Amino acid sequence: MTAYIIRRILYVLPILLGVNLLVFSLFFLVSTPDDMARQALGDKSQSPEQVQRWKEAHGYHYPLFYNAGQEGWKCLSETIFFRKSAAMFWGDFGLSDMTLEPIGKEIRSRIIPSLCLTVPIFLITIVTNIFVGLLLAGLRGSWADRIAQFGCVLLMSVSALLYIIAGQYLFARELQLVPVSGFLPGWAMAKFLFLPVLVGVFCSLGSGIRFYRTVFLEEINRDYVRTARAKGLSESRVLFLHVLKNAMIPILTNVPVQMLFLVMGNLLLENFFSIPGLGGFTINAIATQDFAIVRAMVFLGSVLYILGLLLSDLCYSLVDPRVRLG
Amino acid sequence: MLLEFFQSWAGRNTIVLLLLAGLLVLLLRLSRREYWRLAAREIIQSKLAVLSFVLLCLYALVAVLDSVGWRSPVRDADGVLCRSQPDGEIIYDQGLSVLDRLLTPLRTRQEKTYSAPLARVQFTSETQAVPGGASQRVRPPLRYPGTHLLGTDRIGVDVLYQSLKSIRTGMIIGLLTTLLAVPFAMFFGITAGYYGGFLDDCIQYLYTVMSSIPTVLFIAAFMIIFGQGLPQLCLAMGIASWTYLCRLLRAETLRLREAEFVQAAIVLGTPSWRIIFRHIIPNVLHLVLITAMLRFSSEVLAEAALTYLGIGVGADTMSWGAMINDARMELTRDPVIWWKLLAAFIFMLGLVLPANIFGDTVRDALDPKLRTQE
Repeated sequence: MTAYIIRRILYVLPILLGVNLLVFSLFFLVSTPDDMARQALGDKSQSPEQVQRWKEAHGYHYPLFYNAGQEGWKCLSETIFFRKSAAMFWGDFGLSDMTLEPIGKEIRSRIIPSLCLTVPIFLITIVTNIFVGLLLAGLRGSWADRIAQFGCVLLMSVSALLYIIAGQYLFARELQLVPVSGFLPGWAMAKFLFLPVLVGVFCSLGSGIRFYRTVFLEEINRDYVRTARAKGLSESRVLFLHVLKNAMIPILTNVPVQMLFLVMGNLLLENFFSIPGLGGFTINAIATQDFAIVRAMVFLGSVLYILGLLLSDLCYSLVDPRVRLG
Repeated sequence: MLLEFFQSWAGRNTIVLLLLAGLLVLLLRLSRREYWRLAAREIIQSKLAVLSFVLLCLYALVAVLDSVGWRSPVRDADGVLCRSQPDGEIIYDQGLSVLDRLLTPLRTRQEKTYSAPLARVQFTSETQAVPGGASQRVRPPLRYPGTHLLGTDRIGVDVLYQSLKSIRTGMIIGLLTTLLAVPFAMFFGITAGYYGGFLDDCIQYLYTVMSSIPTVLFIAAFMIIFGQGLPQLCLAMGIASWTYLCRLLRAETLRLREAEFVQAAIVLGTPSWRIIFRHIIPNVLHLVLITAMLRFSSEVLAEAALTYLGIGVGADTMSWGAMINDARMELTRDPVIWWKLLAAFIFMLGLVLPANIFGDTVRDALDPKLRTQE
């Protein structure tokens, strides 16, 4: 078991390195530091001296991968790749291209609001989806099931933007139950987070319920279910105790995928509800063409996703003893 | 040079023609196989699926009509052709698509500003001088009263016209993304699954790395580097979405490689490219089709969200996302201006819902494994 965990953790490193290299080459091989400097300086001031000064102020004056002017270890460390990209491995996210503020500090202060939004959505979504999915699997073939299935397709076919706009209009403007947008730290955040969480849960309801329904249906035709029924167990006992336990494996595989969708949802939700989280930070960076922040956020997002996958794999091996042998 | 050709009307007409011809050839070839004929027969039995298909065809027709067009010579007020010099070349305009020409009344009937659906007077009031020096607020009559089925927007453009023009953008996003992603996914997935070994490890590493980057963040990075626009967005979404199909095809190819008919072909000495084209690809084609159909709707929905976030098609391309983005602040006005938002959502739903329903039916018909579960 320990060997499996260690092997699984070590496997993360080459993936992270690959992501880092990919992001670096996407940013630096397509638009060189000179291009970035010119873009940041605007049309007016583009003399070679000014470009050079901008690059030095932002730390882009090093060579890309190999610094021939330095000796020993510094050949590699005094390069853009090492200082701007590899440094993200030990949490050094560098400075913003536009404001020269440290990005790491900003991330640390924004991660709490983001988590306060994401974690409730994530938990409520999973519990609701599993419960309703199980219920529909129990009702399979009935009219209620058919209507619910069509409802799921309908929910999936509506843009998330509509849920947000309609939610804001209905709850905040017409009924005036919650504020339209904004954020306060501490317990006061609850009234600001109520609507975004509700909308966030609603967005993933359609596809989520459908997915879990299929998962449970796959289990419901197995032999052990027939045995359990033959022993005279009630249908709800069969569903909630036997089917649910055995469906844990596909559920756990799907969880990181759901987290991936939350990233997208978060960008929209944080933008609409003015929540000072990482999503809003990214959107601002896109609007101001701040390459350094976007680069840092892409890497951070990938790290979080890979960690999520790792976590789900480890849970997987705890739930299913067969995995450990493989 | 190549890009110029694609942006000219001649290029666009050629591409549409080639795509339609390709689709026809594919349909003809598939219709000769019993498996696909059976699936088609099953799809036809579902009324909902047929209805969805008709709706999808209507959308496709609008998109095609909006993609072909020509440039017309510019004429002056007397109807005489304008020339660059007295005996020089005829001057042509930017060109209009067939849809533009069909919708000329909608396109040209522009108001000054907002007007409600089928209204006879303008939505906002204006100050008008009354004889005697005073002034009063009135809602002036529209230039074309009662003709705007879905009203007009802030600059007086007909909302129905915008919604219809956005169909092409939505269809292109859904189709082009798939067209870009499928060859990649098929090439890498089948190669990895068939040859295995080191090649398989490399390709697996490649797609694991690619799929580790959250899609929206990858698109954000891509768009901030290459700028906003429809081709860039399709490319970014295509690159971001090939990994899923690749993984699926690799697993299926691994399974097929051990199948008896493939083993027999190997023993008979059939070259591997022939095995791939004859035995593997026909047997994974249904997976490609199912994935493409189910992806289509999510790509259309993603466009709206991405355009809203500022990493989409940009403001100069008409799209539902751009319409929603324009109209978002209008809900905070009093009285509320709802028609542009609603039109964008309804038109989007009209494409995505049939696509989802039809995609589901196709999946059930093509995938016997899923069929037995119901």
